[in-house]
Amino acid sequence: MHHDPANPTAWGLAMQAAVLFAIDPTRLGGVAIRARPGPVRDRWMSFFVSLLDETMPVRRVPLHVTDERLLGGLDLAATLKAGKPIAERGLLAEAHGGVMILAGAERLEPGTIARITSAVDQGHVAFARDSSGAGVPTTFGIIALDEGIADDERVSAPLLDRLAFLLDLDVVTHREAIILEHVADDIRQARAHDQNVDVPDEIIVALCQTALAMGIESLRAPLLAVRVARAAAAFEGRTVVNEDDATAAAQLVLAPRATRIPADAPPEQETPDQPEPPSPDRDADQPSDEDKQNDDPVLADMILEAVKAAIPAGLLAALKMGQERRARQRSSGRAGVKQKSLRKGRPAGTRRGDLKSGARLNVVETLRAAAAWQPLRRREADYRAAANPDYTMSTKPRRVEVRKDDFRIARFKQNSESTTIFVVDASGSAALNRLAEAKGAVELLLADCYVRRDSVALIAFRGKIAELLLPPTRSLARAKRSLAGLPGGGGTPLALGIDAAAMLADAVRRKGQTPSVIVLTDGRANISRDGKPGRPQAEADGLNAARALALAGVRSLVIDTSPHPAQQSERLAKAMDAVYLPLPYANAATLSNAVKASTRARTV
Amino acid sequence: MPTLFPFSAIVGQDEMKLALLIAATDPSIGGVLVFGDRGTGKSTAVRALAGLLPPMRVVKGCRYNTDPDSKNADTISKTGAPVEVEEVPVPVVDLPLGATEDRVVGALDLERALSHGEKAFEPGLLARAHRGFLYIDEVNLLEDHLVDLLLDVAASGENVVEREGLSVRHAARFVLVGSGNPEEGELRPQLLDRFGLSVEVKTPTDIETRIEVVRRRDNFERDPNAFVGRYKQADARIRSELEAARKRLDTIVVSDHALERGARLCMALGTDGLRGELTLLRAARALAAFDGDREVTDAHLMRIAPLALRHRLRRNPLDDSGSTVRVERAVREMFAPQDERKAV
Repeated sequence: MHHDPANPTAWGLAMQAAVLFAIDPTRLGGVAIRARPGPVRDRWMSFFVSLLDETMPVRRVPLHVTDERLLGGLDLAATLKAGKPIAERGLLAEAHGGVMILAGAERLEPGTIARITSAVDQGHVAFARDSSGAGVPTTFGIIALDEGIADDERVSAPLLDRLAFLLDLDVVTHREAIILEHVADDIRQARAHDQNVDVPDEIIVALCQTALAMGIESLRAPLLAVRVARAAAAFEGRTVVNEDDATAAAQLVLAPRATRIPADAPPEQETPDQPEPPSPDRDADQPSDEDKQNDDPVLADMILEAVKAAIPAGLLAALKMGQERRARQRSSGRAGVKQKSLRKGRPAGTRRGDLKSGARLNVVETLRAAAAWQPLRRREADYRAAANPDYTMSTKPRRVEVRKDDFRIARFKQNSESTTIFVVDASGSAALNRLAEAKGAVELLLADCYVRRDSVALIAFRGKIAELLLPPTRSLARAKRSLAGLPGGGGTPLALGIDAAAMLADAVRRKGQTPSVIVLTDGRANISRDGKPGRPQAEADGLNAARALALAGVRSLVIDTSPHPAQQSERLAKAMDAVYLPLPYANAATLSNAVKASTRARTV
Repeated sequence: MPTLFPFSAIVGQDEMKLALLIAATDPSIGGVLVFGDRGTGKSTAVRALAGLLPPMRVVKGCRYNTDPDSKNADTISKTGAPVEVEEVPVPVVDLPLGATEDRVVGALDLERALSHGEKAFEPGLLARAHRGFLYIDEVNLLEDHLVDLLLDVAASGENVVEREGLSVRHAARFVLVGSGNPEEGELRPQLLDRFGLSVEVKTPTDIETRIEVVRRRDNFERDPNAFVGRYKQADARIRSELEAARKRLDTIVVSDHALERGARLCMALGTDGLRGELTLLRAARALAAFDGDREVTDAHLMRIAPLALRHRLRRNPLDDSGSTVRVERAVREMFAPQDERKAV
């Protein structure tokens, strides 16, 4: 295509994505663009829009869109004015055949995203208020503008899963962003015969193999890759998808989703390692493709190499750091679990309720609820007036009658705080093994937490006890002081340390904050839970404590500080379901960088 | 409505398909909870199953999906003429995250209130789901007040609305199908227990299955009608099996032996309450009906036990083996010695 597939650039891929997406916006799901607002993103957007046909609508969904506007339903303002119901088409229906732009997609409500993805999956949308259940058909593509800066601000995974292209334009400089020219005609032609392009079976096989080798679990990814390959072939005027199309599709769709970097072995050799494959439920008439698969290691390999070259740099670093661990799609450790509150935070809709508990009234929604009843209540008042002449004397007729049932309470959502609990091994063995570096690293991490306004807590274990040196705090000075005064020496009561962390994590969670635990140890436990020396029992206790922490669902990280990383710490990390970081010869700065990188890797 | 992906064309995921079929055979089992990875065809399977079910008879124009044969149905309409009956597809109603309470239970009909000044009730999602499926994606992220409300209705089979000037009560019996990804949040235990069956789905990891899924999906998208045509017979077979199973359901014998087995199994696993036992037996009965057997046997109990019980276990913080493993272990321990005794 228009760039060198062996050496893809972020902008080259972005241009390619724009062209392919413009060919078939309704089938390819869409594009997620992570970039701050600026000329690069604007240029991409205007380029993309210029590629669309005039008949293709482009609709922008505002961040706090109401259900009525999104799904369609009653136009309240018009209805009140006209005195009879006026229906309006929702944005989802209006975008039919075109593109929907989600601004600030990383901040969209899960409910809004659920409505959008449901419309995408079903190809039709039901009105917000309509008991008949009939809806209107709609198919559209999505451009999700992700303006998040911090790692925890990301577009929700269910939405990303349905979008073919994931672009990062923050790495593109203004000067690099050169627009392709003279592609509009090719796109128009490609659009006309896109659906007649055949995809040979070996291409499907190769794309599936590549996806699996990259550790991509969702089956939507290879499916989207197949569709993108078809669009790529159509763009080149081919009627059959060839290797170049498949390579381009894999670079665009699969590379940004990689959760591991495959070893250099061909993917075929990896498949036997997969745990118990469920027996495929195959039709007799389906040709067996085993032979083909063996014939074609070259194709899958070739695609795989190209994909590796296209993995975004940031992701690549994170993957290397995370090594084999499959990045789980948990929400990151930083963004606290979202909490609904009645008093503070960002607005998050309304609900029926009364004003007793000091909640805040949402006046507009209350009036909206009351509006429908006005004719009824007015008539009711007339009846009463007719029945009882005194009634009108005492009560002046009111313009708008609002009753208790109409009250709508505003609800707010706030990110709960994160609390990072450091569990530091201050035993004799650890003291020998660079306790000082560990302290330095904790200090740097503390500073980082401080910047993010996270709280930190510090637990140290040595001798026969684990003590909470620093209860959760935001005071950096206090944290530093208690860390500096931390003496080393004595046995290693690992289990006690982890138990203490689990208890603190529980308390933190009860306060509505989100805990995460970072354990710095050499893993050589020698004091058991009941304070008795003895290595085997101490290690067993340590593992049990770790398992309990994992079951409590606390995010954790184990840093092995010993000069010769041994199995104990790794086993511990496994039991804790934690990321394991062996850092034998690191100083404080590299230690803290590694911790930051690995916490980031888990959010990808 | 766009063409639905055929149920019989779904590759693998046998446990999920079985659970859905069992729940559709006997709606009183209480629905299915499907927990697992994204993009595994959860929602496709639910919709496909509903599409496969025979159309149901309703009173024409009724917004509550009233069965004309039920004893509560009016036999004459307001105008005095006998009610007309029509056939409609079995509904699958989505309950979207963030749906308002009004929209779920029903509320004042805005249109009639504004245009005619009339007080009328506009049925909500629960009315539309009556006799069909209520599908909740990301059920674990659902608002607490909606969860409470759903629990009430699911338990009573009836939706009661008492608001200013509105007092409505209508039947709302549906197969609750919830899906979600456990890594994004735990489901509250009360709601967990309310689901009859639970299934854990995983993305297939073997390359053959994955290729087949992508291949079929691609074929379907390119030419839906031809694709559906290819699976028409297989779908029809499942439909007739399901219809036969529903008819047979009441004739299935549940022996005292089977009752005792079920109770013992639940005791061994320490499940809370009687709901587990009841669901286990109902599900085993539906399975027997589906298999064309006349009586519930150990084989049925063994096969259905993990689905009916795994989400009812108390979590043991020091046992990290999954609930499925625990149920299977208990089943093995219970049924194995008995068989030996029989052999003696």
